[in-house]
Amino acid sequence: MRQRIFRNILIFIVLLHSFSASAQRFITVASTTSTEQSGLFRHILPVFEKKTGIQVRVVALGTGQALDMARRGDADVVFVHAKSAEERFVAEGYGLKRLPVMYNDFVLIGPKSDPAKIAGGKDILEALRKIKGAAAPFVSRGDRSGTHMAELALWKQSGIEIDKEKGSWYRDTGQGMGPALNTASSMNGYVLADRGTWLSFKNRGDLAILVEGDQRLFNRYGVILVSPEKHKHVKKDMGQAFIDWVVSPDGQKAIAGYKIGGEQLFFPNAGQEGA
Amino acid sequence: MILGFDPKLIEIVLLSVRVSLTAVVIASALGLPLGAAIAVGRFPGRQALIVLLNALMGLPPVVAGLVVYLMLSRAGPLGDFGILFTPAAMVVAQTILILPIVAALSRQVIEDAWQEYREQLRSLGAGPLTAALTLLWDTRFSLVTIVLAGFGRAAAEVGAVIIVGGNIDGVTRVMTTAIALETSKGDLPLALGLGVILLSLVLALNAGAYWVKEAAQRRYG
Repeated sequence: MRQRIFRNILIFIVLLHSFSASAQRFITVASTTSTEQSGLFRHILPVFEKKTGIQVRVVALGTGQALDMARRGDADVVFVHAKSAEERFVAEGYGLKRLPVMYNDFVLIGPKSDPAKIAGGKDILEALRKIKGAAAPFVSRGDRSGTHMAELALWKQSGIEIDKEKGSWYRDTGQGMGPALNTASSMNGYVLADRGTWLSFKNRGDLAILVEGDQRLFNRYGVILVSPEKHKHVKKDMGQAFIDWVVSPDGQKAIAGYKIGGEQLFFPNAGQEGA
Repeated sequence: MILGFDPKLIEIVLLSVRVSLTAVVIASALGLPLGAAIAVGRFPGRQALIVLLNALMGLPPVVAGLVVYLMLSRAGPLGDFGILFTPAAMVVAQTILILPIVAALSRQVIEDAWQEYREQLRSLGAGPLTAALTLLWDTRFSLVTIVLAGFGRAAAEVGAVIIVGGNIDGVTRVMTTAIALETSKGDLPLALGLGVILLSLVLALNAGAYWVKEAAQRRYG
């Protein structure tokens, strides 16, 4: 009885909103805050939508969360940036194939006063060691996002076991890239960020890029169709159409064309071996 | 974006209003009769139900959002509806949030009136159903305030709608999630501007409701 009432209410709500929900052909893409908040999607999606009539609905989360969302079957395509986590996702059978799409790089942001004296360096591992040595405030995403995974990998490579060695200088915020930058800006801390979000970020305060250009700061994005075998309702044709477009010359051109203040944010690399 | 009354902004404002109004209508349609029934009815477990409803008024939005998310997720029991990340899912979450507020507060108001008029209603031979309906009508002006409180809670919360709606541009982006997004992007002036619009909206609605209530009270006593 109670279930029936609940069911009827749900149907009522669905009907009430059906004019907005089912009017269009659409796919749901689980992606990262960096692609959404940098404004990339707002730049490239209208091109795809105009060409195919398929609306792309982007839910922007950290990479770890985005992959979890797809594991539950709530997305048709994932578009994220943590290659090893993506390969695990495919190996578990949740995704069909990972295709490289584009890359940019991470940058180490910090206050211009630079208490750890790392400005201008090219060696990210050395910079992290200096930050720890000076016990200067460092803001971590702490949210299993692609950037957070990259940060943890860098600490490991620098020979620091951050889990055991972190002190009160290491602030684990559990937040998105933007909020982490806001936090760093207000406490004049260091923070690892993707260049795209940094370029579009407005509340910089005293922050600036201090370390960039290290090979290890490479940040690559991949796209995966969620397996229609795991989740029957995955819109595989429309999802595949989106993936095909993103890695096509057209899609790659749209990505390369996105600039802020004349600076290109993402560099297409579809079809490259090992990317 | 704000000063130009950008169509995108208007779309966001309209979606906010539509989602929260739908939620408040459904919550009232269920919550007011429920409140009246608990107020005049006597049944086992009544006190426990009252305590539960009162406690649920403090339900954290993010918990409500998470529960609705797990229910509506494709892997969840109601996944076949496919309404996750649609305005409908946001309506469900907000309804769950404000139903306890409407039910618990209306229960209190109606029970107070019931204490006052019980003898009178009984002497007129009114059964529980007639009594409940009469009291709902008699306390209608107080109930308006309760419904407004429910709307305020629905329109102001971000924790639930951002989880079940996904803050999708042009589909499920409402005022509060847009404010959260602009704050993330570090565009604090724009976020604050959107906040001012949201506040003005709630203020205008409350002023309107107050005016209607005053006018009605003057006319009908």
